Amino acid sequence: MKAKHQRLTLLALAIVAVLGAVLLAMSALRDQAAYFYAPADVARKGVPLDRAVRIGGMVKGGSIKRAEDGVTIDFVVRDETPAIIPVRFTGIAPDLFKENSGVVAEGRFLPSGLFVADEILAKHDENYMPPELARDGVKHKTRTLEGGTT
Amino acid sequence: MHIYANPARFLKLARPLTMWLGWSGAALIAFALFAGLFLSPKDYLQGDSVRIMYVHVPAAWLAMGGWTGIAVASLMQLIWRHPLANVAGRALAVPGALFTSICLVTGSLWGRPTWGTYWEWDGRMTSMLVLLFLYIGYIVLADADRERGGEGRITAIFGLIGAINIPIIKYSVEWWNTLHQGQSIGVTGSSIDASMVWPLLISALGFSLLFGAIVLMRMRAMLARQKIEARLRRMAA
Repeated sequence: MKAKHQRLTLLALAIVAVLGAVLLAMSALRDQAAYFYAPADVARKGVPLDRAVRIGGMVKGGSIKRAEDGVTIDFVVRDETPAIIPVRFTGIAPDLFKENSGVVAEGRFLPSGLFVADEILAKHDENYMPPELARDGVKHKTRTLEGGTT
Repeated sequence: MHIYANPARFLKLARPLTMWLGWSGAALIAFALFAGLFLSPKDYLQGDSVRIMYVHVPAAWLAMGGWTGIAVASLMQLIWRHPLANVAGRALAVPGALFTSICLVTGSLWGRPTWGTYWEWDGRMTSMLVLLFLYIGYIVLADADRERGGEGRITAIFGLIGAINIPIIKYSVEWWNTLHQGQSIGVTGSSIDASMVWPLLISALGFSLLFGAIVLMRMRAMLARQKIEARLRRMAA
């Protein structure tokens, strides 16, 4: 075996070992490294009452209700499962906070299941298009680079 | 690749290439930024702040591409002992760190109007910040190793280990719930409208060419310095 091949084999083995270790660590981190819980996660694991958490998902269409005081907003967060989370937030929401678009809220659950948020962030999705197209209802469609739509 | 083990042969190619890459890159960037600022439409949700994308996305691609280059150079050094590999790795690190910083700063400026925050510790942002620290670590380590008169083997090992962060950055938005949106442009297509994709691709090409020019410039400077040092040693002997 030439020295070059020996180095190649050794290095390949080392890379495989390190890669395996990291993948294991990452999959163990899966839950801890999540930036927020989706409604499905909360439904599966129960409501964490003891600490501040972030929840995220889509703002359900028609669910935003603004209270009389002008700063309190009630809305419902959904995901692709039937699970939902009712949220109450008092403060100024970002401009992109809209129905049927992504949201991340930071706060605590009340025992009743209502989530009281101290902070709201709008989550942007991967769709970018000019306003005219959005008005024409091309929303959330993936376009291929060749120009066709899928 | 081994043709260019001879620095003289490499320099003969690198000298004119630096100029071509640099100027064509600068011209493409100028055109792409003009197109991004004036010719492309605003986004239906983000408004004008979408235009940050024309700098942010190429910077992010090059930040990751830079470390991928370091990993390849590290392999070539450790296995084939290619004499230019160490030089290439060190030359890649500084522009790589620069583009990582540009990516972080522009992303932060975009995040404030879009998300409502400059910074959050989500998977994508944290792994990108780790990449910046890896670059800084690599630069410092390479410098220290050179001062000591080493061959840069320790730097190459660090470059390989650090490469693990690249797939983590790429897949962070799929593995974990993140504030950062998922991938828009893939092999199969793009969820960015065509009117915004073309300036983005030209910008990415322009910044890549400029990146290449910076790397070649730095490699030439390093080779020139090696030559001076060798000559000084001979004179001292």
